[in-house]
Amino acid sequence: MSARIGVVQFPGTNCELDVMWVVEELGAHAELCWHGDASIKGVDAVVLPGGFAHGDYLRTGALARFSPVMTAVTEFVAAGGPVVGICNGFQVLTEAELLPGALQKNAGLKFLCETVEIRVETTGTVLTNACEVGQRLRVPINHFEGNYVCDARTLAQLQDEDRVVVRYTDNPNGSLDDIAGICNAERNVVGLMPHPERASDAMLGSADGVVLVRSLLAAAGARLAV
Amino acid sequence: MAAYAVHVEVSHRPGIADPAGATVERALPALGYTNVTQVHIGKVIRLTVDAPDADAARAQATEMCERLLANPVIESYEVSIAALEAAP
Repeated sequence: MSARIGVVQFPGTNCELDVMWVVEELGAHAELCWHGDASIKGVDAVVLPGGFAHGDYLRTGALARFSPVMTAVTEFVAAGGPVVGICNGFQVLTEAELLPGALQKNAGLKFLCETVEIRVETTGTVLTNACEVGQRLRVPINHFEGNYVCDARTLAQLQDEDRVVVRYTDNPNGSLDDIAGICNAERNVVGLMPHPERASDAMLGSADGVVLVRSLLAAAGARLAV
Repeated sequence: MAAYAVHVEVSHRPGIADPAGATVERALPALGYTNVTQVHIGKVIRLTVDAPDADAARAQATEMCERLLANPVIESYEVSIAALEAAP
């Protein structure tokens, strides 16, 4: 039995089909989870994909945490389930306080849509367990609010606890400490701005994102085996 | 109970990027306003609440800001309260 990956769809989400495609390509089963349903259908891992959940009204990600599905996601997190938020999904995770800090507008005042290089900083997470520390990956970003910020205490904690998951090698957006992605203290929730699903086939210019998705599937599979 | 007009002003905290403000600041000199600095763009949220008194209305509005209307990591807020005249 292959792992089942829940991909959450809020009104305004626009990367869910891409994520589902990669998941299925890699031999797992993808399950679309509508935001209005208070269930994640018993899946083994959850992805909050990119887009503009609830139109990004008020603030990016601010209203998504009131969607019924987020109650189920929060319970899944508490039970140790692997959850990854990509781009807008990362913003949703910070607003839902499942990850610390916030994503502010890019320092360069521009919406950024380009392929960047990121470096894997830790392999002890649900998104990087199949990587190597120091591994460099070319993965696209596509955001206006990707500039990670948090208070000094939180930053020290992220650094001391090895919770910076990926860093930009050439910081495109002003993110504090070149942070492109972080995890929670339990390491089962990861948020990142770059889009692994958009680097999942050589035809897209890079297949470097596959190892990240493969890591998530491994984490989901490990859970399935328990 | 009485009706109170609540005015919430949400601004970027110091050090938080404000690209909209920066862009307007760069545009104003084109109209001859060369003496302008410190342009900041925030948002205003207006609502009406029914509350026993102004203090209760303020306390509730402040709680709304903490829980939803502002993100304390990047934003600060100011709440002002005005009693609305009862309908004749």
